[in-house]
Amino acid sequence: MTHAPSLSPTSPAPASATGFFRRFRSTPAEPASAKRVQFSSPFLPYLFLAPQMAIIFIFFYCPSVQAIRSSFYLEDPFGFGSSFVGLANYTDVLKSTEYLGIARFTAVFTALVTFFSLSIGLLLAVKADGVIRGNAAYKTLLIWVYAIAPPVAGLMGMMMFDQHIGPLVKFAGLFGWEMKVGLNYNDTAFAMIVVSVWKQIPYNFIFFLSGLQGIPVSVREAALMDCRSGFRRFRTVILPLLAPTAFFLLIINTTYALFDTFGVIDVMVKDKAANNPITLVYKVYMDGFRGNDLGGSSAQSVILMIIVFVLTIFQFRFIERRVHYN
Amino acid sequence: MAAINITNVSKIYAGGVEAVKSVSIDIADGEFIVLGGPSGCGKSTLLRMVAGLEAISQGTVEIGDRVINDVEPAERDIAMVFQNYALYPHMTVYNNLAYGLKNRGTPKAEIDARVAEAARMLEIEQYLTRKPRALSGGQRQRVAMGRAIVRKPAAFLFDEPLSNLDAKLRVTMRGEIKQLQKRLGTTSLYVTHDQLEAMTLADRLVVLNGGRIEQIGRPLDVYHTPASTFVASFIGSPAMNLLRATREGGRLHFGSQVLESDRLSALPTELTIGIRAEDLRVARAGEQSLAMKVDYIEELGAQRLVHGRLDGKKLTAALSPEIELSDTIALTIAPSRLHFFDVTTGKRLAKALDGLGGRREVASTLEAAIG
Repeated sequence: MTHAPSLSPTSPAPASATGFFRRFRSTPAEPASAKRVQFSSPFLPYLFLAPQMAIIFIFFYCPSVQAIRSSFYLEDPFGFGSSFVGLANYTDVLKSTEYLGIARFTAVFTALVTFFSLSIGLLLAVKADGVIRGNAAYKTLLIWVYAIAPPVAGLMGMMMFDQHIGPLVKFAGLFGWEMKVGLNYNDTAFAMIVVSVWKQIPYNFIFFLSGLQGIPVSVREAALMDCRSGFRRFRTVILPLLAPTAFFLLIINTTYALFDTFGVIDVMVKDKAANNPITLVYKVYMDGFRGNDLGGSSAQSVILMIIVFVLTIFQFRFIERRVHYN
Repeated sequence: MAAINITNVSKIYAGGVEAVKSVSIDIADGEFIVLGGPSGCGKSTLLRMVAGLEAISQGTVEIGDRVINDVEPAERDIAMVFQNYALYPHMTVYNNLAYGLKNRGTPKAEIDARVAEAARMLEIEQYLTRKPRALSGGQRQRVAMGRAIVRKPAAFLFDEPLSNLDAKLRVTMRGEIKQLQKRLGTTSLYVTHDQLEAMTLADRLVVLNGGRIEQIGRPLDVYHTPASTFVASFIGSPAMNLLRATREGGRLHFGSQVLESDRLSALPTELTIGIRAEDLRVARAGEQSLAMKVDYIEELGAQRLVHGRLDGKKLTAALSPEIELSDTIALTIAPSRLHFFDVTTGKRLAKALDGLGGRREVASTLEAAIG
């Protein structure tokens, strides 16, 4: 979900994450800056695209079509056939108060995780950027954070909230907060959000840092002479120039919070009481693989797909409009 | 508008590297000062210290009557034009110009008026709504100039503003900068490694070498009486010919070639002789001459640069294109046109020069610089 390689044959390997989005833009790129590659045969670009298209087809389109199809059927859990039920799976899901509650939690969870992982990542990057200009060794040390595998980071985060040895649980205890992760709804939700944010911060940090380092020194210096207030400089010059990075990360982090937090949630609520907070994607898994309700689960994943689709369109139409690509 | 006084300013980096060594320049109100020198001579560092982009290690910089060592760059009442323009890519040209004024709380009507005036002056009125990426290099340079002008600062600082432009545009912009500065009368400090820019723009020229001032003076004074071999080879194109010679009585020996004059007696026996290419001319019959073997010729139209060897050492002469050339030409020079430098220090031999007389006006600053 995270590193989609560039598909366009005309764009020479994008130097930054923002290049990935450039091809979606409705306004055509600057003619002077556009690099055109001439192919000897008109079929050659399609040939180059073929492997990527094949992967997308096998791992995205096929399962999607399969999911849409089975969302209209009531499947026998043991594979003894299925019967067409029309939109019943959808109406069941959308009428369920449990489902709507989970959807509400997912929205809050996604918003909080995206907001905090982005803002903490940005804060750390800005602070680091102030220190490391020109210091290669220090920069390398900071970037090592990124080398920690996300599952390891997630595991470490969860150990922080372990009921018996978790230092954060002990720390909260000092303030009289008896944290019961996995038992108390709010405590679990809190731990889930903290670990999910924590896991994603290094990723955001690296992108923001490289975005900051990409802002020309002379532009910062010009701003230094034009504007006295450091905060105002940041708001009016640095932040707008960071917008392409921020927009890219917004998309990535939203998707992360919706889908890639599955592992965190799974470890926290696995085999525990049903009164725990879960997100929509976990509900799809629970109903499909635990509850053996393949039809309902498929309907849920189709709904999820539509939500993500609408969200992404919204982000590109209304937020990207404010993004300045240089 | 204000005078700038730079007094014993040094820049010492962590690790002890001294980029600027106790430099003092007094810039009069409205004066156009060019800092020239090869890369690494400390000229940009000096400018950036005045701008506030580098801390001043030692000494003081005053703008007007105010010591600005510890003043924020935005509070120094200066505007800078950067080499790569440093325009804000996400702002329109109008906003690029207005940004500094907005941050100072200038009223909207005043901002509009100043931007309009600067845009008219620089002929960028039709681009005000564009973003910098939609402009050509020359237009961007104008916007960068405009951003400095609208602020009406006490001083303009230019950091090699023309080096990203193509040769033709550079000449045009050079003229415009000069004109604009004369019209506005704003004190200016201009850094360049291009000796032609240095010569044409400066009211006074400061040549820096290894963080020290090598010479300060009006461009023509620097050109005609370079204080050292360093200045002699930096200012002027083609660079001044520098030849080792030995003196025996009234005779200068360039290897096997000899030049005679009765005015050489005060000079040391070993010296470096400086010869401007345009001071050489073809010798008439019977005149004493130096024989130059021609290597190749550069035609400049009005002039012809003849590159060759004088007893194996390189020599360039600027001759009229009408003169017919052979493989070897006999060149001569008026002895009063020779420049004499110390062999070891490279400094101009001022006393001997006075003895020779006949030099054009010698700037008092030069005398002071040589001591």
